[in-house]
Amino acid sequence: MSSFGQLISQQIPRLRRYARALLADPGTADDLVQDCLERAWSKQRLWRNEGDIRPWLFTIMHNIYVNDMRSLKRRPGFESLTAMAEPPGQERPESLLALQELERALHQLPDKQRQVLLLIGLEQFSYEEAASVLGIPLGTVMSRLFRARENLRTTLHGEQKSHLRRVK
Amino acid sequence: MNERQPQVTEQDIHAYVDGRLEPARHSEVEAYLNESDEARAQAAGYRQIDQALHTLYDPVLDEPVPPHLGIPANQGQSYRHLGWRMAVMLATLVIGAIGGWFGRGGLDGQPAQTASLFSNAYMAHVVYSPEVRHPVEVDAEQEQHLVTWLSKRLQAPVRAPVLSELGYQLLGGRLLASEGEPAAQFMYENAQGNRLTLFIRRNRQQAGDTAFRFDRNNGIQGFYWIDGELGYALIGEADRQLISRAAHRVYEQLALH
Repeated sequence: MSSFGQLISQQIPRLRRYARALLADPGTADDLVQDCLERAWSKQRLWRNEGDIRPWLFTIMHNIYVNDMRSLKRRPGFESLTAMAEPPGQERPESLLALQELERALHQLPDKQRQVLLLIGLEQFSYEEAASVLGIPLGTVMSRLFRARENLRTTLHGEQKSHLRRVK
Repeated sequence: MNERQPQVTEQDIHAYVDGRLEPARHSEVEAYLNESDEARAQAAGYRQIDQALHTLYDPVLDEPVPPHLGIPANQGQSYRHLGWRMAVMLATLVIGAIGGWFGRGGLDGQPAQTASLFSNAYMAHVVYSPEVRHPVEVDAEQEQHLVTWLSKRLQAPVRAPVLSELGYQLLGGRLLASEGEPAAQFMYENAQGNRLTLFIRRNRQQAGDTAFRFDRNNGIQGFYWIDGELGYALIGEADRQLISRAAHRVYEQLALH
């Protein structure tokens, strides 16, 4: 293994996190990561050894996702919640409910909005990096981000309201 | 929207939440949020969403990486059966080659060996400090065994300094491979679960001791230095001043040896 392999290995956990959030199903998500790693290896010569390798890898993963994965039928994304280990004796039904609601809403977002939201809100890419990863103009990144956040906020807000007695 | 001052836009609120505003602009938007309930609720809502995303998906970062993801199927066959962690260990053998990744290789006139102290310590920190079940190879309860073993492998007296006055307890340590030679890592943890690692390896260069040098990468920062026959790096995701104090404590305790 080379230093290139080293660089890639380091990024695997974050590629997996993004893929999991994007696809919900862990198995499909890891398949996407696997494809991405193989593609990255084969394109190794194209990586100019400068700066952060993360946007480069995420761009590769995004392209595979667009070309190969979007057609795959996805299972609804609630598995990660049931798989999430709850600390014993610390059940938080309300917050868990809100999380569940958010995860559902996230996977109901249009693909394009979800990608932007995850790259920026979860992976902390800059708007410019997200634009480059997704191959879209900066303005499009922003408008998708705004819509994604407003969508989720409305969902969550509605959810909270319906679960709280009105105190006003 | 209508009653909002025209100079604070939708875009500003998002950029504010994402921490992408210049300090001056940040303050302006903050002042505006203090006045507008609606905008404040909006920003708080966006922030909540980001936090929820982290709560939902950050656990993936701590999951063990499935072995088949370590090395692509068409590469490095000879390593595949060793699994990902072992592959990373092997990779540290050639880690000296990655100097360029830090964007500077060695500082002017600074021997590459010293500079690579940080990068080697960084790699070991990144690999082992997130471990929940197996952060160390030998735990602190067997400290005597640990230091004897590591001293033997490094062929130099190695000790685990005490950092408890800074709130960090020794978890234990492990043997590492660094550029083809044995190296040691001691791991410390505070009550909040924050971890520091002390990386130690033999100093192969003729030149003598160095001052503390600071470096950081991806939020992990710390100090490295050479003292006699050993090179050290103390790093972690903690406040620079705290790490600085810890590095001085390490230096004092090990220099007395």
